[in-house]
Amino acid sequence: MSGSASGDISMEAQQTHARRQIIEQRFGPYIVEAKEQWGELTIVLAREALLQVCRTLRDDPAFDYTMLVDLCGVDLGVEADPRFEVVYHLYSLTHRHRLRLKVRVREEEAVPSVIEIWPNANWYEREVYDMFGVRFEGHPELRRLLMPEEWEGHPLRKDYPLRGYRG
Amino acid sequence: MAESEVLVEVTRRPLDATMMVNMGPQHPSTHGVLRLVLTLDGERVVEAKPDIGYLHTGMEKLAEYKKYQHVITITDRTDYLNAMGNNLGYVLAVEKMLGVEVPPRAQVIRVMMAELQRIASHLVWIGTHGLDLGAMSLFFYAFAAREEILQLFEAASGGRLTPSYMRIGGVMADLPEGFTGRVLDFCREFPRVLEEFDKLLTNNPIFRMRTEGVGRLSAEDAIRWGVTGPILRASGVLYDLRRVHPYSGYESYDFDVPTRTEGDVYARYLVRVQEMRESLKIVRQAVEKLPSGPVRCEDPRVSLPPREKMLTQMDALIYHFLLTAEGLKVPPGEVYVAVESPRGELGYYIVSDGGPMPYRVHIRAPSFANVQALPLMVRGQLIADVVAVIASIDIVLGEIDR
Repeated sequence: MSGSASGDISMEAQQTHARRQIIEQRFGPYIVEAKEQWGELTIVLAREALLQVCRTLRDDPAFDYTMLVDLCGVDLGVEADPRFEVVYHLYSLTHRHRLRLKVRVREEEAVPSVIEIWPNANWYEREVYDMFGVRFEGHPELRRLLMPEEWEGHPLRKDYPLRGYRG
Repeated sequence: MAESEVLVEVTRRPLDATMMVNMGPQHPSTHGVLRLVLTLDGERVVEAKPDIGYLHTGMEKLAEYKKYQHVITITDRTDYLNAMGNNLGYVLAVEKMLGVEVPPRAQVIRVMMAELQRIASHLVWIGTHGLDLGAMSLFFYAFAAREEILQLFEAASGGRLTPSYMRIGGVMADLPEGFTGRVLDFCREFPRVLEEFDKLLTNNPIFRMRTEGVGRLSAEDAIRWGVTGPILRASGVLYDLRRVHPYSGYESYDFDVPTRTEGDVYARYLVRVQEMRESLKIVRQAVEKLPSGPVRCEDPRVSLPPREKMLTQMDALIYHFLLTAEGLKVPPGEVYVAVESPRGELGYYIVSDGGPMPYRVHIRAPSFANVQALPLMVRGQLIADVVAVIASIDIVLGEIDR
């Protein structure tokens, strides 16, 4: 990690590279894009394959990503197509390894909910819906989490102003 | 959408049915503005539904409109009991993107501050935990000890609750005169305070009856729900980022990571009290090993030049201007960096588009994940135990709602 000896970073990078090869071998057809940067591994998945891949990543002892550490959204910009990214941060307690998964989604499309795989996705997905308006298919109660229920708009979208009054 | 957004349906219920009780958001034991909708069968909790968002202030949105170096002040305000730790997590993430080496002295100071902050945070927890269970005197002892730490922070940074002490590439300023002496004084006196806590709570029959076997969470459930920090360790899982993914040189300190296997409120109490002792050990070692040298990296593209140089040398003035006016040159990309906050894994996911402001900052708040597991811990418990369980999660709504 940053600040510590640079040797750590290259070792981390090596492990990450090895892991990338395993994942690419296993899930090759479902992977849209794979990227290594600063020792971190990012895999962009085809949306349709998300549940299947996630289930394997959790259950197969070779991966053992039992923990969904974080889930959040990113708005790639009004012009971008697909416009949104949903980002999953997984962690394996046994292998001590992190993995960043992503799916890309258009405004009118929906992402399959991973609640059945990691129950704590519940609030995270609600937050992404609240902040970006991304819908999750199969979520039992997809309603706003942080903003008031009658709120209009999705605050973390890039075309949503930081301040101002809408009359 | 309107119908499904109603959290509680107000309909007439037969008298023998379960009862809905609305707990919070204005309720002293919810430690802020947490609202719980409880379904009760007599005194027993059938179902608990946390409702959050009352303290949402749009911090992640705001971070997209601030330069990298200015976002530090926002991180102070997320988990307001762990400002130093929040600073640290954020600057580590930006430093990782920039590839900055932090001078050794700054690293040791950072660890010292983060551990003092952990003690201060645990002191608030133990004080309010006792208060919730009727042990009022504890609160005063805890806050008196915490005051010492806050005064140390004030001496170093000028701020008590929101110090904004860390900088990208180091810390704001070197420690003031006599600082380490005061830290050592604290280290000498504080174990006696901890002994007093032991006498007041650890073997107190009332406290034990209120906490033992209450709010159990199994290791499996804790992992499934992404629970981290003392709660996870009290359920028997050794997961402390300072140990498993050391940062800022934590690998060079000698400390234990306390764990328990009971997974109840009492186990969480024991883990946190032991953690204060371990943090004290780290603080002592930090004072001992504190090297001399600069406290900020000298790369002028990252760190402001010393004022003296800025006023006398042209190139320093140019760098000062560029850094202030244009900001940092962070390469495009994304990082996730996590540190161990007093409440668990505090992660910063930062996306950069190469501009002077982060494109997206997401804060993985430990309390957010932990409080989501609350319904699991209170199901089937007595309503009075809900208060004990909330206190044992040690929630900070500032980081849950962001």
